[in-house]
Amino acid sequence: MLVASALISGLGLGSMYGLLALGYHVTHAVSNTVNFAQGSTMMLGAVLCFTVWVTFGWPLSVAVALALVGCTAWGILVERVAVRPFVERGSNSWLIATVALGIVVDNVVLFAFGKDPRGMPPGILTTGAFSIAGIKIQYLQAIIPVVGILIATGLQVLFQSTGIGKALLAVVQNKDAARLMGIDVERFIVGAYALSGCLAGIAGILVAPLFAISSTMGTLFGIKAFAVAILGGIGNAWGVVLAGLIYGVAETLITAMLGSTYTQIVTFALVIAALALRPDGLFGRAEVKKI
Amino acid sequence: MSVLRSAKNEPLLISLVVTLVFIFCGDAFAASTDPIRIGHVAALSGASAQSGEAITRGLSLAIDQINADGGLLGGRRVELVQRDDESTPPKGLTSARELIFKEGVVALFGGIDTPVSLAIVPLVNKEKRIFMGVWAAGTGITRNGATPNYVFRVSAVDDLVDVKLLKYAHDKLGAKKAGLMLINNPWGQSNERGLVAASKADPSVEIAGIEKFENNDVDMVPQLARLKDAGADVIILVVNAPPGAQVMKSRERMGWTAPVVSHWGISGGRFPELAGPTAGEAYFIQTYSFFGAQRTVGQEVLKALEQKYPQIKGPEDIVAPVGTANAYDAMRLLALAIEQAGSTDPDAVRTALEDLKQPYEGLIKTYAKPFTPGNHDALGPEDYIMVHYVGDKVVPVN
Repeated sequence: MLVASALISGLGLGSMYGLLALGYHVTHAVSNTVNFAQGSTMMLGAVLCFTVWVTFGWPLSVAVALALVGCTAWGILVERVAVRPFVERGSNSWLIATVALGIVVDNVVLFAFGKDPRGMPPGILTTGAFSIAGIKIQYLQAIIPVVGILIATGLQVLFQSTGIGKALLAVVQNKDAARLMGIDVERFIVGAYALSGCLAGIAGILVAPLFAISSTMGTLFGIKAFAVAILGGIGNAWGVVLAGLIYGVAETLITAMLGSTYTQIVTFALVIAALALRPDGLFGRAEVKKI
Repeated sequence: MSVLRSAKNEPLLISLVVTLVFIFCGDAFAASTDPIRIGHVAALSGASAQSGEAITRGLSLAIDQINADGGLLGGRRVELVQRDDESTPPKGLTSARELIFKEGVVALFGGIDTPVSLAIVPLVNKEKRIFMGVWAAGTGITRNGATPNYVFRVSAVDDLVDVKLLKYAHDKLGAKKAGLMLINNPWGQSNERGLVAASKADPSVEIAGIEKFENNDVDMVPQLARLKDAGADVIILVVNAPPGAQVMKSRERMGWTAPVVSHWGISGGRFPELAGPTAGEAYFIQTYSFFGAQRTVGQEVLKALEQKYPQIKGPEDIVAPVGTANAYDAMRLLALAIEQAGSTDPDAVRTALEDLKQPYEGLIKTYAKPFTPGNHDALGPEDYIMVHYVGDKVVPVN
């Protein structure tokens, strides 16, 4: 019962990490850069959804749509302001620029939304539940992994089976050659950041009912999601989602078996050990460069 | 001398005398008219902002009444100077320094966070400034080993609260095995020691397990599952509102219906909103309730609160009432001590607090010698009551 309960809980938690980590995967796959403010974008999704739905009293569907539009736009802004100017000059300063932009948005939200954490009103997704082998599972706990798997499948299909996907792969492999073939490389990179922002928004909206909404809610999520992305192999969508599930289950199982004192120590030690054994991640492949 | 005595120099002589009078008596003159500044370092923003607001209301109300009655020490007005500690010890310590050294406060009032108060205690004892705790319940705040000790409290004390929590769980809920869910900070540690000691002293409730969690933890199901597996039939909760709400959500998610008996930290924020439908299933401790029959002081304070804060229409609108009640009584006790001391000298005020001659009929109770040199806590277990949330309101448990 203890283990089964921890497993269910860990799968839900891990799905959230995986969902957020997919945002790192998307931008890395296309541009070899990531938005380190991914956690802040997740927070933005939760805050926008709460504000439009609860504070303004608009319908939930409108709130979700506006939150996703907002996060998508934010993703585009991050690329234009904190990534492109540095990449064009061959600088790696986009690393700190995205972190800084995340801190800026955290503090803007702190000022506008307030420091007082807020809670989503209870709904059928959090109050309704079903049981498997005597273990209660909330609808939302079941929905989050499904959403994560669907998105990973969609990304895999997009990259491997569509014209856009092939163009994206061309951008990844050789930007100059892709340009010569008539592919608008910059547009694809902006698209990747927009998609990354949208994915973070989805994660934020799904996490919001389970957590307290505040300007700082994305910080720890963002860090853990990046660890998950690296653990899974950041170039592999399925690997990232699976690594999220493994990380979440590891966290809850360690807490259940050893006690909460050891959770962070053992979990991150396991991540380091896994990366020492497989530097490209559990499901990643070493990048081959033809000379 | 003849030069000085000449009529020509008379104005010069008068000016000199007047100047000397101002130099030597100026301080005394200013001291007799300057306002008495009282500092307040608490969470005025963030997750526990409601606690800071509640304390502010209690202090402001008491200060208004003191000033309306002519102030202290022959007409000196009392002023409140506030700083936000953002629930972080470094910020709290910096704010306390600023209030002492820059603002020149006579005494400091604390907030909800035990770690912040514990950080300030060594400073006030070193700088000889009265510190009045009105919410944070960490045992070590007042029982800090300093001699002389400038720290007083009108609030609950962890060790005594812990006895009450276990007794309530056993007597009212029939619990025999308690599972402890404690925040991983000095306040949680303080209560861990207190609860284990209370269980040893009265073995009718044994400790089934002790689990800890962080402020930002999303899911406490594993910790709760361990306690359930260990046979816990009641959850003893020690945490502030947001993570406390996560515990209630996790308990709901796993379908566990064991009753929750909590320290009062959960009453310092938006607990009902954050915890959702099960918020009312947590019974927690308070020192005062504005519900039910009120004594004369209670009626007067309630009326004054309604007049000062238009959003308060009745007891149900008083958020975090314990903060308001403790702060109100503490400020009145401090005022009595300053009057008895006849000055704002910290040593004189401390000595007066430790031996208040005049009983004070307060909001929570009538205080007769509330402090002694060996006891700086004005409230005891007999002053604690159990409450729970009904909607957004804190209501005593029948």
